[in-house]
Amino acid sequence: MRRTAVLLALLLLAVGTVAAQGVDPPERPESAVEEETGGEERPSGPEEVVIAPAHLTNTVRVAALDRVFDLQATDHPNDAGGSVSLAWDFDIKDEVPDSLAVIRRGPSGVEERIATLGGISTRYTDTTVSDGDSYSYWIESLRPDGTPAAVSDEADASSSAQWIHSGRVAMLIILAALSLIIIYYIETAKRGKKLYIREIAGLAAVDDAVGRATEMGKPVLYIPGIMDMDDIQTIASMVILGRVAIKTAEYGSALMVPTARSVVMSVAQEVVKESYLQAGRPDAFNREDIQYLTDDQFGYAAGVDGIMVREKPAAIFMLGTFYAESLILAETGRSVGAIQIAGTAMPSQIPFFVAACDYTLIGEELFAASAYLSREPKLLGSLKGQDAGKLFFIILILLGVIAATIGQFWAPLSSVADFLRSLVAVS
Amino acid sequence: MNWEILGIWIGALLSLSLYSFLYRDNPFYKFAEHLFVGMSAGYWVIYTIENVLKPNWWQRMFPAEGGFQIVWVIPGIFAFFMLARIVPKIAGLSRLALGMIVGAGAGLGMVSVFQTNALAQVEGSIISISAGSAFEMFSSLVLVVGVVSGLVYFFFSKEHTGIIGGTANLGITILMVAFGASFGYTIMARLSLLIGQSQFLMFEWLPTIPRILGIGGGA
Repeated sequence: MRRTAVLLALLLLAVGTVAAQGVDPPERPESAVEEETGGEERPSGPEEVVIAPAHLTNTVRVAALDRVFDLQATDHPNDAGGSVSLAWDFDIKDEVPDSLAVIRRGPSGVEERIATLGGISTRYTDTTVSDGDSYSYWIESLRPDGTPAAVSDEADASSSAQWIHSGRVAMLIILAALSLIIIYYIETAKRGKKLYIREIAGLAAVDDAVGRATEMGKPVLYIPGIMDMDDIQTIASMVILGRVAIKTAEYGSALMVPTARSVVMSVAQEVVKESYLQAGRPDAFNREDIQYLTDDQFGYAAGVDGIMVREKPAAIFMLGTFYAESLILAETGRSVGAIQIAGTAMPSQIPFFVAACDYTLIGEELFAASAYLSREPKLLGSLKGQDAGKLFFIILILLGVIAATIGQFWAPLSSVADFLRSLVAVS
Repeated sequence: MNWEILGIWIGALLSLSLYSFLYRDNPFYKFAEHLFVGMSAGYWVIYTIENVLKPNWWQRMFPAEGGFQIVWVIPGIFAFFMLARIVPKIAGLSRLALGMIVGAGAGLGMVSVFQTNALAQVEGSIISISAGSAFEMFSSLVLVVGVVSGLVYFFFSKEHTGIIGGTANLGITILMVAFGASFGYTIMARLSLLIGQSQFLMFEWLPTIPRILGIGGGA
């Protein structure tokens, strides 16, 4: 416990130090563009952002706008390159520009109009540039007949790709710190220290469910959800499938795994095959029991329902990502009298599983299942490390709430709350 | 032949065949189920070719402006590895492709899941519980207590006894209340789907019966 406290204190200190240095919003004009365009990915095409300056509204747009000034061209931040951000302001005079033309001179010296924007646009992102080449930009404000009313100064820029997303540095630090804590506990567990894990009712029943199927001479049905292998819950489900398959191999029960994705089918076949080898029963592995039905959500539900009513499994596992088909499957499973263990991290589907299944793994219990079932030191250490992460977040929330609450009456604490928020804010 | 009426009848008969499952498994349901699964599997094959393979791989390897982008051969090699599963001697190659899919999925998912499910939730939970009206203060308090006690429920390495046990019980109670509300909300949405399908049967399919039989002057 003392070690946990020390680790958490170090974590807080490290995060606080880095956040204080790195999460302040940049002062350059493009930071505003970044905030308003999400700042995550480079836009797929030219992008116009129309933001009226503070001194302009629809009602005063009759005021004249004829000179663009303070044009700034900068590399678009936190992207994979290939884009330049432009930002400018207006002078108000007697003539109203109908539109604005963005002109670019490339490395070959050719001038071209790359965009025509609305008259009150103040920023533009050019996504058609080549990294490393220098480009010059200027803005022409146009009259209704298309003739230029005024021309801004030129601004030069070149684009480049960034390896580090500056808005995600705090997240990187927190993730790295949590990973270090998890590695620490994994190493501790490997050295033989016994790590406690509380009982999870749904998982304690896995043995009973497979045993029941064996006694009844009926198969076990494992449904890994309807998402592909890039989904974290599906990955967790495959790990649990491995443990369930070891049980079915040991008990000699048939295991059926209908899938909604071809890649999930391939992974499931490999996982089950490995488990049967591990259990010393490679002869009992039947690849045909792990089959692909269809990618279609309700087509898959109809197919699995058919399997349930015809094969009448004694135990059904529904572990993974589920959507609207969850209740259809759980109700049918219940109607055939199977013992049902379900688990998902989809908040909208958990209620249906709670209502229709014997045991339900709620949210993170799904991810803890593999550690619980295997009791492998590596996984138990990982679970302990994740608990340390939760403790860190609880402390952060409580400190933040106290600071924000008292900060309403005493300003300095309000800035502490803002700082704590900035630690976890990701742009 | 009136194709519109034929379409309505096919839709209605397949709907009724699927609904017949509510009674028990029967040949009508089996027919509709196999048709549904088979057609949707076939549909997804074409969908994947047209919307995934062509735009994301083939057209990038052979762009419209001409040329050959050799880097896109790499995904093709991994695709070949996946298909190697059907040849027992080289089936092991598929593990390379599967490993890359699972590894990339976990790595990419870690960032987005951690951002949305952890950091954004923590940021949203750092609020003042003394702001606004009495009801707003109560709501803020419930939110903070719910988040903290819910997190405590998901402690796996501590026994749920004493203060931790009491907090965890409060957490799961708040979670169950939330699930109950979500259950009712979602059931209402499902009922609207049922009503939509019932309206199709009553107001589109049933009126065609007298028209086919030539009685009652049609719908």
